[in-house]
Amino acid sequence: MSARTEEEQAVAETIELADAASVSASVAEPAQRDARDEHAEQGMRGVQTLSMAKAINAGLREALRADEKVILMGEDIGPLGGVFRVTEGLSAELGERRVLDTPLAESGIVGTAIGLAMRGYRPVIEIQFDGFIFPGFDQITTQLARLTVRHDGAISMPVVIRVPYGGHIGSIEHHQESPEAYFAHTPGLRVVSPSSPHDAYWMIQEAIASNDPVLFFEPKSRYWPKGPVDQDHSGVPLHASRVIRQGTDVTVVGHGAMISTLLQAADIAAEEGMSLEVVDLRSLSPIDYGPLLDSVQRTGRLVVAQEAYGFVSVGSEIAATVAERAFYSLEAPVLRVSGFDTPFPPAALETEYLPSPDRVLEAVDRALGY
Amino acid sequence: MSLYRPHKKGTTPSGYRGTVVARERDFTAPTVQLLNPAGVLRPTPEAEPYLPLVEALPDTTLEQFYRDMAISRRIDIAGANLQRQGQLALWVPSHGQEAAQVGSARAARAQDHIFPSYREHIVGMIRGLDPVNILSLLRGATLGGWNPAENGNFHLYTLVLASQTLHATGYAMGIQFDGSVGTGDPETDAAVLVYYGDGSTSQGDANEALVFASSYQTPQVFFIQNNQWAISVPVSRQSRSPLSLRGSGFGMPGVRIDGNDVLVSYAVTRQSLEEARSGAGPSLIEAVTYRMGAHTTADDPTKYRTDAEVAYWAERDPITRYRTWLEGRGASPAFFDEVDAEAADVAADLRRRALSLTAPTREKIFAHVYSEPHPLMAEELAWLDAYESGFEGGAA
Repeated sequence: MSARTEEEQAVAETIELADAASVSASVAEPAQRDARDEHAEQGMRGVQTLSMAKAINAGLREALRADEKVILMGEDIGPLGGVFRVTEGLSAELGERRVLDTPLAESGIVGTAIGLAMRGYRPVIEIQFDGFIFPGFDQITTQLARLTVRHDGAISMPVVIRVPYGGHIGSIEHHQESPEAYFAHTPGLRVVSPSSPHDAYWMIQEAIASNDPVLFFEPKSRYWPKGPVDQDHSGVPLHASRVIRQGTDVTVVGHGAMISTLLQAADIAAEEGMSLEVVDLRSLSPIDYGPLLDSVQRTGRLVVAQEAYGFVSVGSEIAATVAERAFYSLEAPVLRVSGFDTPFPPAALETEYLPSPDRVLEAVDRALGY
Repeated sequence: MSLYRPHKKGTTPSGYRGTVVARERDFTAPTVQLLNPAGVLRPTPEAEPYLPLVEALPDTTLEQFYRDMAISRRIDIAGANLQRQGQLALWVPSHGQEAAQVGSARAARAQDHIFPSYREHIVGMIRGLDPVNILSLLRGATLGGWNPAENGNFHLYTLVLASQTLHATGYAMGIQFDGSVGTGDPETDAAVLVYYGDGSTSQGDANEALVFASSYQTPQVFFIQNNQWAISVPVSRQSRSPLSLRGSGFGMPGVRIDGNDVLVSYAVTRQSLEEARSGAGPSLIEAVTYRMGAHTTADDPTKYRTDAEVAYWAERDPITRYRTWLEGRGASPAFFDEVDAEAADVAADLRRRALSLTAPTREKIFAHVYSEPHPLMAEELAWLDAYESGFEGGAA
């Protein structure tokens, strides 16, 4: 990335704050109109207010335009634009050879993407819903994840698998799940999940640029809220966690849609005189522990929140690692707030099932009780 | 009153006295054969169109088919012996399937890509692969063993059944997208040849591969070696109809060939690959053959099949029949002696080199798991190095 001018740096910092705010707000104020006009004069694209769905769409378009080896594959992603419209308009602009409406077979999609990657392509797959990734699980874990090591590095597997995931949308069975731990558990894969439109715009491009397979988990309940997207300045590498809200009493960490929940919890806590520091993991494999450990060393307390089942989860891994690496800083055990260890319930019960700001605060209270 | 009323035998609940029509459930397909088990070139009616492809072959090529098959069989013995002597974790024999493998492999052009299952050792050798790389895999020294780009586009063995059928189809989609098909240039138009077995045809991936191949009209040939047995389960458990009929159900031609006839294996594969390269789309070949040995050295075939069955197939041995035919065309005893000596040399050399394979070092555990740096790989290797160096005499 080229060096920024002071002015650009100031703009970027303002955007970062607005971006963080947008995760909890439904529609962020387009605060950077002036900067946007100036950028336009300089031939830059500036800052736009986009939903995450539109931001990923824009990121995919950039990647497709930049490299003709990038192709999209998935079910209903062509003229329809995908069931969430994330690929809307891409087929019309780039043609059906670049945006493939495939047969309805997830193993077939992943397996043929592997063959295309062997041929030099960079396939970006859309899995229609989280719960439908499992027919492709074998190809992802026994083939995609291993082919680089099996070739002693002679080939790489630049395949991105986009997965709309998580609850909060009141949908039916197999449409609200959080299966990211299965993939974070598999060597050879990278697993990430953005929480804001800006992160999503840049991280999807970073994922496509990666020569390793990337599971790209898109928090589908965050597809629609808008936020600022600076299309000129990234600052978002693929595997960098960050402190999204500073605080002093308890660190709370999560990823994807859970960041919105954590920020709401932090707002409520602030009203009650408690200061929560919110860390956005962004990447689940590998995990960037630096900012998290720094935070825990300051606050001495950590609550991990996730929609996924708690048993043998990413949250469990974080709890174990933080206990190992920050043992003497901890004033309380690391506590987890998770989905329950049951199948995702009927949607009428999802608000009971999913970690809410109150459930996060209950854990925060327990952490402070030690 | 109950809504449920049991109906009388032979009637429907509505009282309709219909008759059940026994529809045809026996499906057959002709077996295409050029060279009969007695070693006589006597094409079956369906084989007639393929005869010119064989008649065009020079003697040197016909002799090469024999040499390939003889080497394959000799290496099989060497591999099994190495396993019995504790030098290999496993050996996967191909005794009996030499004609299916050699004929099809020799039909491919240099620019074609081959996706094997895990039994196609001679196919790899025909593509230029040093078989010591296969032994390295079966010895537990590597997870792969070779770079396809440097070994005649012969891809890695795949142990999860039928996974490679999808990789092959994706690769063929890429050839199609690149426009390397149907240009009429025989040096650049390319196709993909993928091997799998009768057991694998039941896997979902094998069926999805046929769907994708047909949908995208890939330049591709699916080559099923029906060796009658998936370890201990007979092909009748996988399919009630000839596997060649799987082609038409997915919208592509399927041909059933005598897989112990190297000439028909060559000719039908040659024709199918040329159609694929020309842009005519995918097709499927079922080579009916027999696994004379065990599935692998971990298996005891006497537990599930009869001596009579093995004897039946021994009568149809692919090498014996081809030798008879070559002899009838005037091949000299000296030729066969020379080939036997060459095959013995290749096997002995392979054995010698297998015994001198060195064990990999521990860095190999972590190297290339990812293409790009990954913190866990670095941390865990550093930890393992430190741990090992903590032992007396441990490496630093």
